[in-house]
Amino acid sequence: MYRYDEFDHAFVQERVAEFRDQVARRLSGELTEDQFKPLRLMNGVYLQLHAYMLRIAIPYGTLSSRQLRRLAHIGRVYDRDFGHFTTRQNLQFNWIRLEDVPKILEELAEVEMHAIQTSGNCIRNVTADHFAGAAADEVADPRPYAEILRQWSSLHPEFSFLPRKFKVAVTAAPHDRAAVQVHDIGLHLKMNEKGDRGFAVWVGGGQGRTPMVAKKVRDFLPEANLLAYCEAILRVYNLEGRRDNKYKARIKILVHEMGEAEITRAVEAEFATLQGKALTVSAPEVDRIARYFALPDLKALPAVSEAYEAAKRVDPALALFAKRNVHPHKVPGYGILTISLKPIGAPPGDATSDQMGAIADLAERYSADELRVSHEQNLVLPHVKLDDIPVVFAQLQKIGLGSANAGFVTDIIACPGLDFCSLANARSIPVAQRLSERFADIDRQVDIGDLKIKISGCINACGHHHVGHIGILGVDRKGEEFYQITLGGSGDETCSIGEIVGPGFSSDGIVDAVETVIETYLKLRASADEPFLATYRRLGQEPFKEALYVR
Amino acid sequence: MVKAAKPFRPVVATANDLRSGAVVYRDRDGKWSKHASLAEIANTQDAADRLLALARADHDANIVVEPVLIEVDGGKPATLRERIRDTGPTIVLPGPPV
Amino acid sequence: MSDDVFRDGAFHAETWSFPKDDEKLPPSGPVAVGKARFLIEIQALRSRNGEIGVVLTPGESLDGIVDHLDRITLVALRFTRYSDGRPYSIARILRDRYDYKGELRATGDVLRDQVKFLLRAGFDTLDVAHAGTREALRSGAVVAMTHHYQPASAETSEGRTSTAPWRRVSS
Repeated sequence: MYRYDEFDHAFVQERVAEFRDQVARRLSGELTEDQFKPLRLMNGVYLQLHAYMLRIAIPYGTLSSRQLRRLAHIGRVYDRDFGHFTTRQNLQFNWIRLEDVPKILEELAEVEMHAIQTSGNCIRNVTADHFAGAAADEVADPRPYAEILRQWSSLHPEFSFLPRKFKVAVTAAPHDRAAVQVHDIGLHLKMNEKGDRGFAVWVGGGQGRTPMVAKKVRDFLPEANLLAYCEAILRVYNLEGRRDNKYKARIKILVHEMGEAEITRAVEAEFATLQGKALTVSAPEVDRIARYFALPDLKALPAVSEAYEAAKRVDPALALFAKRNVHPHKVPGYGILTISLKPIGAPPGDATSDQMGAIADLAERYSADELRVSHEQNLVLPHVKLDDIPVVFAQLQKIGLGSANAGFVTDIIACPGLDFCSLANARSIPVAQRLSERFADIDRQVDIGDLKIKISGCINACGHHHVGHIGILGVDRKGEEFYQITLGGSGDETCSIGEIVGPGFSSDGIVDAVETVIETYLKLRASADEPFLATYRRLGQEPFKEALYVR
Repeated sequence: MVKAAKPFRPVVATANDLRSGAVVYRDRDGKWSKHASLAEIANTQDAADRLLALARADHDANIVVEPVLIEVDGGKPATLRERIRDTGPTIVLPGPPV
Repeated sequence: MSDDVFRDGAFHAETWSFPKDDEKLPPSGPVAVGKARFLIEIQALRSRNGEIGVVLTPGESLDGIVDHLDRITLVALRFTRYSDGRPYSIARILRDRYDYKGELRATGDVLRDQVKFLLRAGFDTLDVAHAGTREALRSGAVVAMTHHYQPASAETSEGRTSTAPWRRVSS
């Protein structure tokens, strides 16, 4: 994975010093809260319901054991002994003292981490396929490009005061695990006939109040032009994006209002003035960065592990874990192992400091010291020998993280909601917990199959409800929590925005309503192999609506 | 926040401590306490206006941030949001109890 | 407007005048006007004895201005709020696309935390009203980044690194 050189170290150290100065000026009263707020947000410090919240960047979701241990340590010393992995592959602590933030940033800098641009109206932490660098189906590792984008976007002199936040995602596999079509810029790395690398460029996707699927503005942008093209998009957005209404300030609205043809024309015109200059991504530079992301030295192994196969035959729990939580690796004899942070009844995405420490040990011993964070709020051990999966599974069970539910109905995404977030209108986590408990029976989960439930506590959609097969949006109705159901959303390459099925449900009624939707699916599916989304797309909303509202 | 159209209901002033971010309430002595139960309750619109002005002055003096008045019911914050701010998340937190 | 501007690490006396839209142009000396007046009175501006400047507010484009850039020696871009970042793009377009060499001034809500961004986007003078920022600039107390992952506009003094063509080191 990427290692800081002297330049990178100097950069984060300077940023820590700069922020320490800003905090000191705030505490001394030289900076007012109004002046300080955009500065603290650009460094990931929010004021949430209970205290300051610090959001730490995990660039493209890649972590080392040492980094995860440091996060565990920060949780222990400065917070309440646990952290929350978010839908943007970041980590949040909820009870941070402003006075402590410079010290925490210093501790992060020591392990090559930071909180730069995890909030604010700037280019946010770049996300990537959480199986990147290991997945059998990727054309190449997209993370070198994500790292190049991370560097380019860090404290950019032109794009630090955009109309609104700006999110970039990168993937390199035909199956899109990074939801690139619901990002401000989505980049899909591919290879042309000549074997050159380039990107399909998607612009103007996003969730929030006005969900939109991105438009493809380039089918194949040569890698050399990656930064110049992004710079062109950002410049058009910085100049033309709306600043009169924060709900209309994202680039998706600009794309919508200008139209696909006009925005493409404007971007291409700007790009024409930028290409071939200082931002050209040269092949040697790509190679230099890519070397950091070289596959670890994985010993060649037989594609089939006899020990693993034998263990699965005698242990049905392991067999299920293997089926759900182990994904094909590009190297024979290895697997990509998903650690579900969704034990039955637990808050999605939370891990205690002890769990983080134990997971770091597992990564060090069994996964070439590497980890990933998924936007689905799980952790990933990307390089596990198939031979080792039984022992890793056993170790995970010991720390309560052996759930074989990846992609199942209980693998729920949920934002922090009203339990933590000052923007939320309703709680998300308790709904996730009750749903998880309702569907706890593993046989029932197996029967239901692939099903993504995503819950947001407000219209900002941090819980990605718009792209949930079943989406749940919490709203406040005269002081009462209500939950609206959307159906048929998907964040993958078949991207679609879920449709609101009808009036919302009370907190007491929402779990039953979801169960009704799922029971309806089970009755209507063409076969046990037809997943929920396929059934919904085949039949549309009507049968579900009828089941929910016509008695 | 208090809306003019509604009949007046008792309010207290709440904010976050600038340094720690902790949820605090303004008490009768003009100090900011972590306990909603110690908060000074304003029972009239005039008292509410006065309390908010004092809270804002403490904001301007860089003691607290985001000061607002919130309605109380039987001395306790009236809305779910404010109850959660007062007593913490409604879920069992991971890890050992604090 | 202040009666001095910050340039090259020090405050210097203001030499430009900024007549209001309904005020007559002074007979001589450097004078800067808003975009609308500039476009209407370009002939008058050109025929008088004195340098010509133009002041743009956020949202005003360079349309109509670029044709006259060879006669303009001051472009002042106003920040109504420091969080409105449009002037940064205008500045870079002026420097990088149109190769504008004259004075490029940031005016309005200019604070110390944005100084490095401004200089790197191509601004060379700052009209600073904020007392704390003035003091920090005067005493050299501004804590700012010197390592950058992007080339600056109008960069003359920034160092380069052996790797990564876009990395820069400023003083």
